[in-house]
Amino acid sequence: MEIRKKANLMDNNKEFSSKAYLDMELLRFTTAGSVDDGKSTLIGRLLYDSKSIFEDQLEAVKRASIRKGNEKINLALLTDGLRAEREQGITIDVAYRYFATPKRKFIIADTPGHVQYTRNMVTGASTANAAIILIDARNGVTEQTYRHSYISSLLQIPHLIICVNKMDLVDYKEEIYELIKEQFSAFASKLAVKDIRFVPISALNGDNVVEHSKNMPWYGGGTLRYILENIHVGSDLNHIDPRFPVQYVVRPQSDKFHDYRGYAGRVAGGVFKKGDRVMVLPSGFVTTIEAIDVYHKEVEEAFPPMSVTIRLSDDLDISRGDMIVKENNVPFVEQDIDVMICWMNEKPLQPHTKYHLKHTTNDVKCMVKEIKYKVDVNTLNRIEDGVELKMNEIARVSIRTTKPLFFDSYRKNRQTGSLILIDEGTNNTMGVGMIV
Amino acid sequence: MKKYNLNHLRELESESIFIMREVAAQFENPALLFSGGKDSIVMVHLAKKAFWPAKIPFPLLHIDTGHNFEETIVFRDELVKELGVQLIVGSVQDSIDKGRVVEETGYSASRNLLQTVTLLDTIEKFKIDAALGGGRRDEEKARAKERFFSHRDEFGQWDPKNQRPELWNIFNGRKHVGEHFRVFPLSNWTEMDIWQYIYLEDIDIPDLYFTHKRKVFVRDGVILADAPFMMKKNSEKVEIMQVRCRTIGDISCTGLTMSTANNLEDIIQEIAATRVTERGGRADDMRSESAMEDRKKEGYF
Repeated sequence: MEIRKKANLMDNNKEFSSKAYLDMELLRFTTAGSVDDGKSTLIGRLLYDSKSIFEDQLEAVKRASIRKGNEKINLALLTDGLRAEREQGITIDVAYRYFATPKRKFIIADTPGHVQYTRNMVTGASTANAAIILIDARNGVTEQTYRHSYISSLLQIPHLIICVNKMDLVDYKEEIYELIKEQFSAFASKLAVKDIRFVPISALNGDNVVEHSKNMPWYGGGTLRYILENIHVGSDLNHIDPRFPVQYVVRPQSDKFHDYRGYAGRVAGGVFKKGDRVMVLPSGFVTTIEAIDVYHKEVEEAFPPMSVTIRLSDDLDISRGDMIVKENNVPFVEQDIDVMICWMNEKPLQPHTKYHLKHTTNDVKCMVKEIKYKVDVNTLNRIEDGVELKMNEIARVSIRTTKPLFFDSYRKNRQTGSLILIDEGTNNTMGVGMIV
Repeated sequence: MKKYNLNHLRELESESIFIMREVAAQFENPALLFSGGKDSIVMVHLAKKAFWPAKIPFPLLHIDTGHNFEETIVFRDELVKELGVQLIVGSVQDSIDKGRVVEETGYSASRNLLQTVTLLDTIEKFKIDAALGGGRRDEEKARAKERFFSHRDEFGQWDPKNQRPELWNIFNGRKHVGEHFRVFPLSNWTEMDIWQYIYLEDIDIPDLYFTHKRKVFVRDGVILADAPFMMKKNSEKVEIMQVRCRTIGDISCTGLTMSTANNLEDIIQEIAATRVTERGGRADDMRSESAMEDRKKEGYF
């Protein structure tokens, strides 16, 4: 019996055995929402319908739901991994979930909507290709919608998917969907997001999540899963401006590789090819790429987000924190930097405080000179009270570093445009910044 | 136009290699936790790739419960010889002999919990400031909250409610003397990714993962391997079954799967079709809903 069951399931999963499965793309997306907007239901449905929830997990959740007196299976219990979260029925921290469809692998950064929402949303958004923003069809665009959209835009998530949820509760009316779409579009003109999609759904009933809804024949677009599977992520990384922060110097000092000296790192932007003329910062020396190694194979070119080892024609003094770029396309090399900063710690930021600063593979010290203005994430209004920046607040600040950084604007490159501030006493990560 | 993008396995690989190199760059004295299981074997493979043509710049650290499958030890020793790196073994038996821990008794006795003390003692003895582990976020719900760079205080404890924010690919490994980090380069991999990667890269794994005949007995629906130190109730009869390991841990808590999969493609098929998580057969996780979180807080892997 055991064997027959397996054979049946195998038929359903034929696509998993094909070579194509080894060649899928990865899409990272974030979901944001509050307790009642159906976020957990939506995630639960995406996972469940792609067979990513296992029987033992489901059983455990069922048992816990019954124990807590919930009428339905509470899928939020799947993501609430910590004891305190389950006890209090809240999500404290970003939880990562994984699922795959025959087309793509997905990583969900599930961020709680209520407690410390900014801190968590910013964290989840930092690596996301796409953000799902849920709007309750009964309530339309709310303050929370603004907040989530603004943070997505600030963190430069390339694709926004606006799910108008609970369509079942408004009788699947097209007018309501269209009205919300209009409302959002008017506001979206203030945002720096290139790609915005809308989809009317009912996460509870599954309308337009994985299957097309029979209740909304007027909707001609793709289902949420279709959108997630087909969004073009190939251009999400910067392929124009070559940036290679040197992470680690590989020197085997063995008989066989006596003279080997390779610069290991992850390409942060652009394309590097064997034979390219390159410049090394901060020295400014110009040399040629002799080879690009990936393990014991040489490759012709390297692009983001590849981890490679670059060998250069000349013996130069290069160490961690240096950056390999192209002569005709150099980043900013400066000590005075303006940054949009999100504060992540209970100890507030006060001007004139010193911090450790991490940027690409560089470690320097810095002083925050001035808080220029804060942003009200609910209205996007500027607030000019530069006294201090509290946890979950966002502000534009100016920083002076002890050594020049090699950077681009965050808008141009998320890798070379981002930094973190670390407390010198506790070593905690205090703030995270996007270079303006 | 040429497509400049990586498939999911290459992207995960690149991320893990980046993390390994960060560890080598940011820490004085890292070590790679090696259990002989598939995840730590993939870790070693990634470390080889990260530092080639140089040797892996850190030792392997094995916490030996003394209740191993013989095959994993043979595999471990051959791998260490091939890599030319140092092997550090922390022995749970030593911790018991020294009175650092007390052996559990009864039918479900396991040395799983005792490992934590041995691990922390070994980390302290060898002044290890970063221990690279093969934990994945998809394994267990407490692990889903884990950072890549996970801070441990001077008692080796994890404070899950007070973790450092981790954004982009900037990792904060700053710490005070006596504290250390656990680093999880495979955080974003799933069980399926691991198997596909083993297949793609043609990585050697112990025969235990493939189907074989073994003396086993069944307890609470879990198939366990028979061994001299495994106490059996009268109702538990030893029989020979066609099984394989889906995970490899200490014998006392590794559930076996009835399977005829004798190659990687069959295993991938089996994983794709399975409806139970790989830790579903792990007795150590079934102890309570928070079993993993509680152990992790104390300093478990």
